[in-house]
Amino acid sequence: MDATVAKSSTDKKTWDGNNRPLNASYGKMMMWFFIVSDALTFSGFLAAYGFSRFKFIDSWPIADQVFTHIPFIHGNFPMYYVAFMTFILIFSSVTMVLAVDAGHHMKKNKVIVYLFLTIIGGLIFVGSQAWEWGTFIKGSYGAVETNGGQILQFVKEDGSRVALGDFAVPMHSERVRQESNDGIWYESEGYKNSVTLEEVTKGFLADESLLIRTQILDESGKPTVLSRAESVAKLKANGKAIVEGANLKHNEYGTPLFADFFFFITGFHGFHVFSGVLFNIIIFINVIIGTYERRKSYEMVEKVGLYWHFVDLVWVFVFTVFYLV
Amino acid sequence: MAHDHNLAIFRGKLKFKSNVSKIWGVFTLLSIITIIEVFLGITKPTFLTEHHLFALKYLNWIFLTLTIVKAYYITWDFMHMRDEKMGLRRIVVWTFVFFIIYILFILLTEGDYIYNVYNSGYIKFDF
Repeated sequence: MDATVAKSSTDKKTWDGNNRPLNASYGKMMMWFFIVSDALTFSGFLAAYGFSRFKFIDSWPIADQVFTHIPFIHGNFPMYYVAFMTFILIFSSVTMVLAVDAGHHMKKNKVIVYLFLTIIGGLIFVGSQAWEWGTFIKGSYGAVETNGGQILQFVKEDGSRVALGDFAVPMHSERVRQESNDGIWYESEGYKNSVTLEEVTKGFLADESLLIRTQILDESGKPTVLSRAESVAKLKANGKAIVEGANLKHNEYGTPLFADFFFFITGFHGFHVFSGVLFNIIIFINVIIGTYERRKSYEMVEKVGLYWHFVDLVWVFVFTVFYLV
Repeated sequence: MAHDHNLAIFRGKLKFKSNVSKIWGVFTLLSIITIIEVFLGITKPTFLTEHHLFALKYLNWIFLTLTIVKAYYITWDFMHMRDEKMGLRRIVVWTFVFFIIYILFILLTEGDYIYNVYNSGYIKFDF
């Protein structure tokens, strides 16, 4: 019990034991140690993101053209869903700090209610993030990748996006998916696109109203739209492959580095949220069976709370860096 | 256990009656800041995006400032930093102030240099 519960020293001598550096208990101090080191890790990731972004400052994808979806609703809604996720996480931080406060007053039932709400909030957040990943991986409109790894997207004259399947002319082709059981056993195709480059090129040439949007940003920070003649020349000369959705190597929204950092940083953060939910469930069970009541201290709730707030804090920065700046 | 919380925010200008009402007050503040951020992120007013200060648009400076304000209130009120000793606060905060300014300066300068190499050097990137 003495290892986990903070006791105020009865005598005030510094070297007689029971003295707490900086007046913080051992557990809280260690949690702060962990938080500082983990926050340095995240700072490194976000700084690396900044590095790559400055490296491709004139062609980096614009977040509100990438994350435009809301579950169950079709249409173009930039940012709203991420804003909702941010609120969920801030709100679960609030219920956590209310649980800590109730713990200070030894109100077991209130701690149970608030911790339960915190766990629910965490689960909604992790679920939303999984959905966001799924949408990003699946992609929305599709694009053509050039020999140099640039992305060509298709727009109408008014600037609205066109999906590849909407204008590609279906052509009969003999292409068969390579399975692992024929030919060399370790070679199989990862995924097959819904259209081929030939179909897209044919459809693009047939429809005079289509234009190509490159990932190069103009002075106002918007992607450049080429003229019809430039578009045709660009697609014929440089088009190499169809990209639908995003993975670690190809990304229909722009440079693959964007997708890499997105998966890595939000994935690492999502893993933190997931572990946070697990910690919350553990202390939730402990609160219910009365462990902290017998210990006469709810400090464990406070320590896990520190971690949970830290996860929220990191999200505040990830939100700004990925979705706003 | 620190039962006695410091209940004043805004440098003592706003004082709450209880810790619970302070928590809700801070939540309101964080929500307002988030709504402002999302509003600016969706509308992107032109007068904030056309001018730059140290290679960043005014809008992005606003976002970064609001983020740090949010981080301050999460750390100070949700993580109870306001009730900790001055030494602990300084250990945590100054580590980040020095480290992040350093690493951002190094990495962003380097990133900008590589951009210039791609942009004006012999390596052709856009093909």
